[in-house]
Amino acid sequence: MYQFNYHKASSVADAVALLARNSDAKLLAGGQTLIAAMKLRLAAPPDLVDLGAIAELRGIKADATTLSIGAMTSHAEVAASKVVTQSIPALAALAASIGDRMVRNMGTIGGSIANNDPAADYPAGVLGLGATVNTNKRKIAADQFFKGMYETALEPGEIITSISFPVPKRAAYAKFKNQASRYAIVGVLVSEGGSGVRVAVTGAGPSAFRVPEMEKALNAKFSPESVAGIKVAANGLNSDLHASSEYRAHLVTIMAKRAVQAALGK
Amino acid sequence: MGDMNLIGTSVKRKEDYRFLTGGGTYTDDVQLDRQTYAYFVRSPHAHATVKRIDKDKALKAPGVIAVFTGEDLATAKVAGLPCGWLITDVNGQPMKEPAHPPLAQGKVRYVGDHVAVVIADSYLQAKDGGELVEVDYDVLPAVVNVGEARKKGAPGLHEIAPDNTCYVWALGDKAAVDKAFASAHHVTQLDFVNNRLIPNAVEPRAALASYNRAEDSYTLYVASQNPHVERLLMTAFVLGLPEHKVRVIAPDVGGGFGSKIYLYAEDVVVTWASRQINRPVKWTAERSESFLSDAHGRDHLTHAELALDQDGKFVAMRVQTTAAMGAYLSTFASCIPTILYATLLAGQYTTPLIYCEVTAVFTNTAPVDAYRGAGRPEATYVVERLVETAAREMKLDPAEIRRRNFIREFPYQTPVALLYDTGNYEATLGEAMKLADVAGFPARKQEAAARGKLRGLGYAAYIEACGIAPSNVAGSLGARAGLFEAGEVRVHPTGKVTVFTGSHSHGQGHETTFAQVVASRLGIALDDVDIVHGDTGRVLFGMGTYGSRSIAVGGTAIVKAVDKVIAKGKKIAAHLMEAAEADVEFADGVFKVAGTDKEIPFAQVALTAYVPHNYPLGKLEPGLNENAFYDPTNFTFPAGTYVCEVEVDPDTGRTEIVSFTAVDDFGKIINPMIVAGQVHGGLTQGIGQALLEGCRYDKDSGQLVTGSMLDYCMPRADDVPSFKLDTKETPCTHNPLGVKGCGEAGAIGAPAAVMNALTDALGVRDLEMPATPERVWRALQQTKMRKAA
Repeated sequence: MYQFNYHKASSVADAVALLARNSDAKLLAGGQTLIAAMKLRLAAPPDLVDLGAIAELRGIKADATTLSIGAMTSHAEVAASKVVTQSIPALAALAASIGDRMVRNMGTIGGSIANNDPAADYPAGVLGLGATVNTNKRKIAADQFFKGMYETALEPGEIITSISFPVPKRAAYAKFKNQASRYAIVGVLVSEGGSGVRVAVTGAGPSAFRVPEMEKALNAKFSPESVAGIKVAANGLNSDLHASSEYRAHLVTIMAKRAVQAALGK
Repeated sequence: MGDMNLIGTSVKRKEDYRFLTGGGTYTDDVQLDRQTYAYFVRSPHAHATVKRIDKDKALKAPGVIAVFTGEDLATAKVAGLPCGWLITDVNGQPMKEPAHPPLAQGKVRYVGDHVAVVIADSYLQAKDGGELVEVDYDVLPAVVNVGEARKKGAPGLHEIAPDNTCYVWALGDKAAVDKAFASAHHVTQLDFVNNRLIPNAVEPRAALASYNRAEDSYTLYVASQNPHVERLLMTAFVLGLPEHKVRVIAPDVGGGFGSKIYLYAEDVVVTWASRQINRPVKWTAERSESFLSDAHGRDHLTHAELALDQDGKFVAMRVQTTAAMGAYLSTFASCIPTILYATLLAGQYTTPLIYCEVTAVFTNTAPVDAYRGAGRPEATYVVERLVETAAREMKLDPAEIRRRNFIREFPYQTPVALLYDTGNYEATLGEAMKLADVAGFPARKQEAAARGKLRGLGYAAYIEACGIAPSNVAGSLGARAGLFEAGEVRVHPTGKVTVFTGSHSHGQGHETTFAQVVASRLGIALDDVDIVHGDTGRVLFGMGTYGSRSIAVGGTAIVKAVDKVIAKGKKIAAHLMEAAEADVEFADGVFKVAGTDKEIPFAQVALTAYVPHNYPLGKLEPGLNENAFYDPTNFTFPAGTYVCEVEVDPDTGRTEIVSFTAVDDFGKIINPMIVAGQVHGGLTQGIGQALLEGCRYDKDSGQLVTGSMLDYCMPRADDVPSFKLDTKETPCTHNPLGVKGCGEAGAIGAPAAVMNALTDALGVRDLEMPATPERVWRALQQTKMRKAA
């Protein structure tokens, strides 16, 4: 790690001001990616603005139609939350499947989606549930948020404050873990809600994506068999040490099927 | 009084209070006055000529005290790192031993190779300085895969070995073996990759050296498994320092698995540098450095054949192995795929003819050396995969084919040089089959199939050779060191005992096991015995801990010293009780005159030895302190049978180990809990090799692709089942404790058991380790395609 200046923001407005004052400053959420990259000297921001002390960024609340999670809420909090478990149990399960206990205690939902790691779990949750990302400047629909590998719609100085999830009729997340990192080799979140079925895939491509063909089939009939025969093209999917694009493409179908099965409580 | 029933008792580990409360002292915990920090500049290239190194900018950086390169070491006449075992080539020539400079001289040969050291007031300053060392490289083509090192046109690493061949070595009667194959009823053949592994001890390697100008002496704290050997190699072969002026302390060490046996460049460089700058120099590896520069394990390519008669009796075995040495010869690299591999190919069987040829090659990778099991897991994998495959091909039950070939009479001379003293392979197989409920397997397979899962069962009946010995035989085979062990038993005036052992504990629990041995033999309380190890300044000598040798060799040295204490105690007791020495007996901590009620407790004899008022000073020295050296007459031969049961999810290719049974014969067991812990760890590492761990270098760039925990999959608790363990006991015939050793067994037997189970589940002939989900899925796809065609 190189030396850097540490700034503790007391409010979102303070964080915005600190970012403005320090060019090239980075926001520090749970630090589960950034700090590791800094320790390896792969990232070297001169200034870090820590969001950890901002109370307004934390917390979970829900009503009959919407679950709202503060950006700085940890994975462990989401996983253990009674509110989440009651309104969108699939999301609690997704959070519980992230990394290991230490990562879950430190990592945050806002940090995860702002980083948009192609193998992170939350992008599938946010996209698959059709959530809205609320920032200090605007509301961004999930479909507009994830732009590509490590790329989002966030603009400089824009800070995620919370994520609002419409409560679906049913949903489930099926994840095929990378045994080493415990990231998703392929993770699929399937939900059925007011605006129909959504199928979102993480791990397989450069960024989380939806599978319209599966959504259409599930809208017609919400059953595992509906997706069993639908293959995504391997072309363009990730291929690395852990899994080829062909294998990932195959896993998308399997995990989608399992997510539907789980959503049906089977 | 004493603890009489300590042998065979699961006493809680004495050292765990220290470890569990954070009271351990590891090398990095040691803080010395005016300590500095070293950062090693490492090669980013797999193979390159070093054209120029410019230290100037680094030397001007804040806090930087010194920068040294290979040139500085050469000027100071620092020699290269030695290899401790000379293998003779089939052509009668000694193996090729290229220079192994602690800091590169003119060339780098793997990613992570040492180029320069930067020493500064803080580690961060040293690391920042390291980034300012300018190195001009001329990048050369590299070869990283063991199978490609000898191919035509492969880049040569060393001038003295232009074809990258360190040696070609053979064991056995080739003509006789070939003849047996020519007329065999059935031949089973397999090609194996024994995957390269990265050890990853929890505590990374570390070294802290200080030079004392007043005494012209050195102290080196180092995470090592054998501090005396480290000192010997460093003083006698590399730095030319007087051995008595160098103290090597291996304090608490957090795991080794072989990777901390060796003399590493960093240890030498910080020791040398501490005198140059006259300040202590500390280096602690970052995890990334551990991945790059700790000696790796395995990395074999093998073609193996087993010839059988019509009854499934093994008539001959023929094995050709190419083994990677990496870029340089690590301390014991050369003996692993030879002396510790080919000699184990008889396994538990009466195979009368065995021929093995081993070609050791240099590759542009980290050096390869002993890693838990060291040669024996590779041999067991060859034997047990062949045997299981032969059984399948000949439609014989895999247990039955083993039974037909078991060695049943001991001692047994194998055709590959070893003399097994004792064993009962039927007993471990039978017990394992019972414990694993092999009889119930067909029903479980059916039930799994109903759930859409593929279930398979596999065996591995392994043998290992522990406590490599005797020294003279090892010497005749090329060992450049002795293989004895030393122990000292110091009885204090109050009867409390400190034991100094040349064995080294880096997780094994010696402080408990050895104390149990001594306390029970002396009939005193466990708490009255402390074990000291890991310090050349306190322990008289030692060969260290590796090859599951500690209890069999180190433990026996201690027993011999205890027996000398008892013998001397008898003389003192005889004097005190006015009896003839021959009439004095010692049992349960008390010296007695046979047939009388006269007795004196051990502590009183000890006190008399140090307060010798009523004492035979004319014929006996005061004090009660005895040394012993023990050089075993033979290896010990632990053996056992493992039964693994797996379930494969055919949709994803993921394998779950649903049951794993291990029945081992370790001879006499001192502490069953510690032994079970050793087996758990070994099995987990063996399962890791089979399913999870695979070191990969990029074929073109030579970069280590699996350079972090994100990409190199270490087994975790949820990757393994709750093991079913039991032991059978045939005591070793040639050491007084009847012990054999247990440290490596799990890692030796598990890979073959897992892969036998997995190939059974999938109905495939072979599968490469690690059997990752994608490899399994692809194997299933291929089977499906074949069936469709």
